Amino acid sequence: MDFTHTEERQMVVDTLARYIQNEYNLSDRNDAAASPQGFSDVHWNNLAELGMFGVFFTEEQGGFGGSAFDVAAVFQELGRGLVVEPLLDCVLRSGHVLAAAGDFERLAKVITGASRYVVAQAHTTGDRVTAKQSEAGWILNGTAPMVKFAAGADTIVLSAQSGADAAQASFFLIDPTANGVAITHHDTFDGGSASDIHFADLAISSDALLGSAHHADTIVRTAENWACLAICAEALGIMEAIKETTLDYLRTRTQFGTVIGRFQALQHRMAQVLLEIEQARSAVINAAAAVNKSETDCDKALSAAKYSIGRIGTLVAEEAIQLHGGIGMTWEYEMGHFAKRLVMIDHEMGNADHHLARYMQFDLV
Amino acid sequence: MDTTFSPEDEDFRALVRDFVENNLPPEYARIVAEGGYLNKEQLLDWHAILRRQGWLAYNWPVEFGGTGWGPVKTHIFDEEMARADAPKVLAFNFKMLAPVLMKFGSQEQCDYYLPRMIDGTDWWCQGYSEPGAGSDLASIRTTAVRDGDDYIVNGQKTWTTLGQYANMIFCLVRTSNEGKPQAGISFLLIDLATPGIEMRPIRTIDGGYEINEVFFTNVRVPASNLVGAENEGWTYAKYLLTYERTGIAMVGASKKKLTRLKDLFAEKSRSLSVHEKALLAARIARVEIDLANMDTTNMRVLASVAGGGAPGAESSMLKILGSEIHQELDSLIRRVVGRDAQALRSGEQAPAGATNAAGVYFNNRKLSIYGGSNEIQKNIISKMILGL
Ligand SMILES: Cc1cc2nc3c(=O)[nH]c(=O)nc-3n(C[C@H](O)[C@H](O)[C@H](O)COP(=O)(O)OP(=O)(O)OC[C@H]3O[C@@H](n4cnc5c(N)ncnc54)[C@H](O)[C@@H]3O)c2cc1C
Repeated sequence: MDFTHTEERQMVVDTLARYIQNEYNLSDRNDAAASPQGFSDVHWNNLAELGMFGVFFTEEQGGFGGSAFDVAAVFQELGRGLVVEPLLDCVLRSGHVLAAAGDFERLAKVITGASRYVVAQAHTTGDRVTAKQSEAGWILNGTAPMVKFAAGADTIVLSAQSGADAAQASFFLIDPTANGVAITHHDTFDGGSASDIHFADLAISSDALLGSAHHADTIVRTAENWACLAICAEALGIMEAIKETTLDYLRTRTQFGTVIGRFQALQHRMAQVLLEIEQARSAVINAAAAVNKSETDCDKALSAAKYSIGRIGTLVAEEAIQLHGGIGMTWEYEMGHFAKRLVMIDHEMGNADHHLARYMQFDLV
Repeated sequence: MDTTFSPEDEDFRALVRDFVENNLPPEYARIVAEGGYLNKEQLLDWHAILRRQGWLAYNWPVEFGGTGWGPVKTHIFDEEMARADAPKVLAFNFKMLAPVLMKFGSQEQCDYYLPRMIDGTDWWCQGYSEPGAGSDLASIRTTAVRDGDDYIVNGQKTWTTLGQYANMIFCLVRTSNEGKPQAGISFLLIDLATPGIEMRPIRTIDGGYEINEVFFTNVRVPASNLVGAENEGWTYAKYLLTYERTGIAMVGASKKKLTRLKDLFAEKSRSLSVHEKALLAARIARVEIDLANMDTTNMRVLASVAGGGAPGAESSMLKILGSEIHQELDSLIRRVVGRDAQALRSGEQAPAGATNAAGVYFNNRKLSIYGGSNEIQKNIISKMILGL
């Protein structure tokens, strides 16, 4: 048993923490987050230059990390800094799809930050995209809804249903500006963007197929597991930041002639927040440890983690706002932006109920 | 024990329902349904519609131009209004300052200010909180110093809801530093057009604009604007707060929200797995049960207040229950909307299912903070009801 990071991993985390501390301020973050693209190209390039993108991949894949704990450690730090740049959507998830499809050339460009791919998963959801084989290639029809950060991507990696059922899915590389692709971008509540991507008789050549046909389903699921681990770790980092800010506030805000942290009612609330965050931390560790285990173990641990951080994240956000009083309700006060992202994380990749239900199905119901 | 409404009450309910159906502009109902707020012009228009029916000052006694309704009729009215997504009347005018003036104000103040609340001349806002005085309201530092026939006011108020629409503010000001902090507070009415007042907007967490900070620099206020006696303001302030809190029970609004939640659930839950659907349904069932229980708790408290008026420490109970239930409803609506709740409603093209669910949820975190935070309500219950 050892719950400490390796030396290399700690160095990466420290580098990232220093960058955020020195270069990443929240008001610029909020401006970039409210822009059409939803994040800053400058920070994107800097983070790539710092080597942060390579941390998510093994040496064979062209990176210099690739363990689940590497991924978790980096995302936890990104969460602490409320970094809006889409390392999750445009590097980790799409990179793992490219890696699994054996496209290391493209992956290399992802790792350097030169290319941005975003995965639009549309072969299982209610709003499906279907791919019909034609003489020249494929014809795509349907909608991929609420694809995060598609506004900042130069290529869409679409998983579409290419056969009789959802299990028969293939990846296609799509130029978002192509005729036949219509995109509606939405600003999102926590900053950033999400897009509905519509395909209307989009004809693409066979070259656009990524990897071999009909093999997307398992790859999507593996990539989704990485993304799920990452978002849980991000949430943990956000919770830590919120806890520190709230503690500071309890120690300094004076009412009734004393700092409010002296009120036992509030002490107990904060103690509960601490307990819950430690539980969330353990959930993330469990998830990271399970990523390379059997499919069932992995799915269970990830659902356990996403359920835990969904439940605990909402609690932490609500308690933090409450314990701050009026100031916690303002845009000006930084904590609120952390709270918003934390709650919105429960709206991505399945919420607490979704994952609890999935967990139940393994051996309970 | 009889938990039913009398036939007369039911007739009254039908009357109100019929009125709202025929008179509430659909545009206003839409704004309220989406969790938004009417602008000044719209709310004043709605006030005028109610005024013509004689229902604007519906919680006032007849002698002041109100309806004289008892608690049951008032409750039915609130419930029907909420059911139709009618905007709420301006609480600062009708439910906060007016009762204080009626009880503690001079005849001249009542004669002058009450009609102006009804005819739309005055829009009041509440100047209680200060940066250093929130829960500990008695520690306010804004001072009013007597100078001839005037007071000179200096200091700052904050969190002033809808101050941007207001022309008048009722303030707690410090007129003495002698004795306990509560003992040196006075209740002063201030015209916002007086020189030396500056109002600045505060943006809320959801990006909206409904609160302000107000700065007072050597502001001259006629001494005749003092309500009641100098240094007695704390009594009036507390009296007002019990009224404010009862409104925060929000039974009608929560019932309406529950209906909306269930409609949304029926529409959106089709795509959920059977177990996920059951988990969500259980959450909805729980809050529905809480609300039904609270409805009766609310009626019990109202029934115990003979001849109208405001309940005492029991209002703290209603405030806690009411705000928590309402917040849970918002939380569930956000959940049911699901992935689409991420999209900003104000964005260029919001997705079809977007309802500003996240914005409303975050905005309504205020319910457990203002009107005396829920922690403060629990302190009051501990002291006043439990005797601890
Ligand atoms: C949206 C909004 C609108 C508002 N509108 C108005 C308005 O129009 N006019 C106006 O005057 N005010 C208004 N307020 C102010 C509101 O009444 C105060 O925010 C509230 O009283 C809390 O004060 P505070 O914000 O200073 O928090 P604080 O008093 O600093 O409280 C911080 C935290 O400490 C807790 N706490 C404090 N004391 C104790 C204690 N003794 N025991 C246990 N816990 C304690 C509180 O519950 C809270 O959780 C508004 C506030 C909001 C958020």
